Amino acid sequence: MNAMMKILVSLFVLLFAFNAGAVDLEVNTPGVNAIKQSMQARHAQLAPHYASGAVGIASDGMVALRDAGAVPLPQRQAVNGLVAAENRDRNALYAEIANANGHPEWEGEIRNTFAQRWMQRAQPGWWVQSGGGWSQK
Amino acid sequence: MRTNVASHANKIWIVMAALALSACVTINIYFPAAAAEKAADKIIEEVWQTPKADQPATTEPAVKETK
Repeated sequence: MNAMMKILVSLFVLLFAFNAGAVDLEVNTPGVNAIKQSMQARHAQLAPHYASGAVGIASDGMVALRDAGAVPLPQRQAVNGLVAAENRDRNALYAEIANANGHPEWEGEIRNTFAQRWMQRAQPGWWVQSGGGWSQK
Repeated sequence: MRTNVASHANKIWIVMAALALSACVTINIYFPAAAAEKAADKIIEEVWQTPKADQPATTEPAVKETK
Protein backbone atom coordinates (compact mmCIF):
# COMPACT_ATOMS: atom_id res chain seq x y z
CA MET A 1 0.00 0.00 0.00
CA ASN A 2 2.80 2.34 0.93
CA ALA A 3 4.63 1.58 -2.28
CA MET A 4 1.47 2.23 -4.24
CA MET A 5 1.08 5.62 -2.62
CA LYS A 6 4.65 6.50 -3.48
CA ILE A 7 4.06 5.55 -7.07
CA LEU A 8 0.89 7.64 -7.21
CA VAL A 9 2.55 10.67 -5.64
CA SER A 10 5.44 10.51 -8.11
CA LEU A 11 2.93 10.10 -10.93
CA PHE A 12 1.12 13.30 -9.84
CA VAL A 13 4.39 15.19 -9.59
CA LEU A 14 5.36 14.02 -13.05
CA LEU A 15 2.00 14.97 -14.54
CA PHE A 16 2.12 18.36 -12.86
CA ALA A 17 5.58 19.03 -14.26
CA PHE A 18 4.39 17.92 -17.69
CA ASN A 19 1.40 20.26 -17.52
CA ALA A 20 3.50 23.18 -16.36
CA GLY A 21 5.75 22.62 -19.35
CA ALA A 22 2.79 22.68 -21.70
CA VAL A 23 1.75 26.17 -20.61
CA ASP A 24 4.05 27.79 -23.15
CA LEU A 25 3.23 27.51 -26.83
CA GLU A 26 6.03 26.09 -28.94
CA VAL A 27 6.95 28.60 -31.64
CA ASN A 28 10.62 27.79 -32.08
CA THR A 29 10.38 25.22 -34.86
CA PRO A 30 12.18 25.28 -38.22
CA GLY A 31 8.83 25.77 -39.97
CA VAL A 32 7.79 28.74 -37.83
CA ASN A 33 11.24 30.33 -38.08
CA ALA A 34 11.28 30.05 -41.87
CA ILE A 35 7.88 31.74 -42.19
CA LYS A 36 8.90 34.41 -39.68
CA GLN A 37 12.03 35.25 -41.66
CA SER A 38 10.09 35.45 -44.89
CA MET A 39 7.59 37.85 -43.26
CA GLN A 40 10.38 39.88 -41.70
CA ALA A 41 12.04 40.36 -45.09
CA ARG A 42 8.73 41.36 -46.69
CA HIS A 43 7.90 43.85 -43.96
CA ALA A 44 10.42 46.37 -45.29
CA GLN A 45 8.42 46.47 -48.53
CA LEU A 46 5.01 46.47 -46.84
CA ALA A 47 5.72 49.12 -44.20
CA PRO A 48 5.41 52.13 -46.56
CA HIS A 49 2.03 50.81 -47.70
CA TYR A 50 0.81 50.46 -44.11
CA ALA A 51 1.89 54.07 -43.56
CA SER A 52 0.17 55.36 -46.73
CA GLY A 53 -3.03 53.52 -45.86
CA ALA A 54 -2.96 51.43 -49.03
CA VAL A 55 -2.69 48.27 -46.95
CA GLY A 56 -4.50 47.77 -43.65
CA ILE A 57 -4.33 45.31 -40.76
CA ALA A 58 -7.48 43.23 -41.13
CA SER A 59 -9.45 41.86 -38.20
CA ASP A 60 -9.08 38.25 -39.37
CA GLY A 61 -5.33 38.09 -38.87
CA MET A 62 -4.59 38.97 -42.49
CA VAL A 63 -3.58 42.15 -44.30
CA ALA A 64 -5.83 43.71 -46.92
CA LEU A 65 -5.56 46.18 -49.76
CA ARG A 66 -7.89 48.87 -48.45
CA ASP A 67 -7.05 51.87 -50.66
CA ALA A 68 -5.60 50.98 -54.02
CA GLY A 69 -5.75 54.68 -54.90
CA ALA A 70 -2.90 55.34 -52.47
CA VAL A 71 -0.60 53.29 -54.68
CA PRO A 72 0.70 54.70 -57.98
CA LEU A 73 -0.75 52.67 -60.85
CA PRO A 74 2.53 51.04 -61.96
CA GLN A 75 3.09 49.71 -58.42
CA ARG A 76 -0.36 48.29 -57.85
CA GLN A 77 0.42 44.85 -59.23
CA ALA A 78 3.44 44.58 -56.95
CA VAL A 79 1.43 45.59 -53.88
CA ASN A 80 -1.23 43.02 -54.72
CA GLY A 81 1.51 40.43 -54.89
CA LEU A 82 2.94 41.53 -51.55
CA VAL A 83 -0.46 41.31 -49.85
CA ALA A 84 -1.13 37.85 -51.33
CA ALA A 85 2.29 36.56 -50.32
CA GLU A 86 1.97 38.00 -46.82
CA ASN A 87 -1.43 36.36 -46.33
CA ARG A 88 -0.11 33.02 -47.58
CA ASP A 89 2.67 33.24 -44.99
CA ARG A 90 0.24 34.23 -42.25
CA ASN A 91 -2.09 31.30 -43.00
CA ALA A 92 0.90 28.98 -42.97
CA LEU A 93 2.18 30.52 -39.71
CA TYR A 94 -1.08 29.98 -37.82
CA ALA A 95 -1.38 26.40 -39.07
CA GLU A 96 2.28 25.68 -38.34
CA ILE A 97 2.04 26.90 -34.73
CA ALA A 98 -1.11 24.81 -34.17
CA ASN A 99 0.55 21.72 -35.65
CA ALA A 100 3.83 22.28 -33.79
CA ASN A 101 1.86 22.13 -30.54
CA GLY A 102 -0.01 18.98 -31.52
CA HIS A 103 -3.36 20.77 -31.73
CA PRO A 104 -4.26 21.52 -35.37
CA GLU A 105 -7.73 22.50 -34.12
CA TRP A 106 -6.21 25.52 -32.35
CA GLU A 107 -5.49 27.23 -35.67
CA GLY A 108 -8.60 29.42 -35.52
CA GLU A 109 -7.90 30.56 -31.98
CA ILE A 110 -4.25 31.24 -32.80
CA ARG A 111 -5.41 33.29 -35.79
CA ASN A 112 -7.78 35.31 -33.57
CA THR A 113 -5.08 35.89 -30.98
CA PHE A 114 -2.67 37.11 -33.67
CA ALA A 115 -5.37 39.29 -35.23
CA GLN A 116 -5.90 41.09 -31.90
CA ARG A 117 -2.17 41.52 -31.33
CA TRP A 118 -1.38 42.72 -34.89
CA MET A 119 -4.09 45.39 -34.56
CA GLN A 120 -3.09 46.40 -31.05
CA ARG A 121 0.58 46.71 -31.94
CA ALA A 122 0.04 48.52 -35.25
CA GLN A 123 2.02 51.75 -35.43
CA PRO A 124 0.34 55.18 -35.23
CA GLY A 125 -0.95 56.16 -38.65
CA TRP A 126 -1.59 52.60 -39.80
CA TRP A 127 -5.11 51.49 -40.63
CA VAL A 128 -6.79 48.70 -38.70
CA GLN A 129 -10.14 47.02 -39.29
CA SER A 130 -12.71 47.32 -36.53
CA GLY A 131 -16.34 46.24 -36.76
CA GLY A 132 -16.21 45.96 -40.53
CA GLY A 133 -14.89 49.49 -41.07
CA TRP A 134 -11.38 50.90 -41.05
CA SER A 135 -9.89 53.29 -38.56
CA GLN A 136 -6.53 54.95 -38.34
CA LYS A 137 -4.41 54.41 -35.27
CA MET B 1 -11.15 -10.55 4.87
CA ARG B 2 -7.97 -8.53 5.17
CA THR B 3 -7.10 -9.01 1.50
CA ASN B 4 -10.62 -7.93 0.62
CA VAL B 5 -10.19 -4.59 2.42
CA ALA B 6 -6.79 -4.10 0.83
CA SER B 7 -8.08 -4.74 -2.68
CA HIS B 8 -10.97 -2.36 -2.05
CA ALA B 9 -8.55 0.37 -1.03
CA ASN B 10 -6.50 -0.33 -4.13
CA LYS B 11 -9.56 0.12 -6.31
CA ILE B 12 -10.25 3.52 -4.74
CA TRP B 13 -6.69 4.60 -5.47
CA ILE B 14 -6.92 3.45 -9.06
CA VAL B 15 -10.17 5.36 -9.56
CA MET B 16 -8.64 8.49 -8.01
CA ALA B 17 -5.56 8.18 -10.19
CA ALA B 18 -7.74 7.81 -13.27
CA LEU B 19 -9.71 10.92 -12.29
CA ALA B 20 -6.54 12.92 -11.73
CA LEU B 21 -5.18 11.76 -15.08
CA SER B 22 -8.33 12.71 -16.95
CA ALA B 23 -8.28 16.13 -15.26
CA CYS B 24 -4.76 16.72 -16.53
CA VAL B 25 -5.74 15.69 -20.03
CA THR B 26 -8.72 18.06 -19.88
CA ILE B 27 -6.47 20.99 -18.97
CA ASN B 28 -4.31 20.34 -22.01
CA ILE B 29 -7.28 20.35 -24.37
CA TYR B 30 -8.15 23.97 -23.51
CA PHE B 31 -6.53 26.61 -25.66
CA PRO B 32 -3.79 28.40 -23.67
CA ALA B 33 -4.90 31.96 -24.47
CA ALA B 34 -2.27 33.74 -22.37
CA ALA B 35 0.55 31.64 -23.79
CA ALA B 36 -0.72 32.26 -27.32
CA GLU B 37 -0.75 36.00 -26.72
CA LYS B 38 2.81 35.87 -25.46
CA ALA B 39 3.89 33.81 -28.46
CA ALA B 40 2.10 36.17 -30.86
CA ASP B 41 3.79 39.21 -29.32
CA LYS B 42 7.19 37.58 -29.64
CA ILE B 43 6.67 36.79 -33.32
CA ILE B 44 5.15 40.20 -34.11
CA GLU B 45 8.10 41.95 -32.48
CA GLU B 46 10.47 40.00 -34.69
CA VAL B 47 8.50 40.43 -37.90
CA TRP B 48 7.86 44.15 -37.42
CA GLN B 49 11.20 44.74 -35.66
CA THR B 50 9.42 46.73 -32.98
CA PRO B 51 10.83 47.05 -29.49
CA LYS B 52 9.13 45.18 -26.66
CA ALA B 53 6.07 46.89 -25.21
CA ASP B 54 7.71 47.18 -21.79
CA GLN B 55 10.92 48.49 -23.29
CA PRO B 56 10.38 52.03 -24.56
CA ALA B 57 12.37 52.84 -27.64
CA THR B 58 15.47 54.71 -26.66
CA THR B 59 17.04 57.18 -28.97
CA GLU B 60 20.79 57.40 -29.01
CA PRO B 61 21.82 60.75 -27.55
CA ALA B 62 23.70 62.80 -30.06
CA VAL B 63 27.39 62.42 -29.51
CA LYS B 64 28.92 65.78 -28.89
CA GLU B 65 31.98 66.54 -30.88
CA THR B 66 35.00 67.19 -28.80
CA LYS B 67 38.12 68.76 -30.09
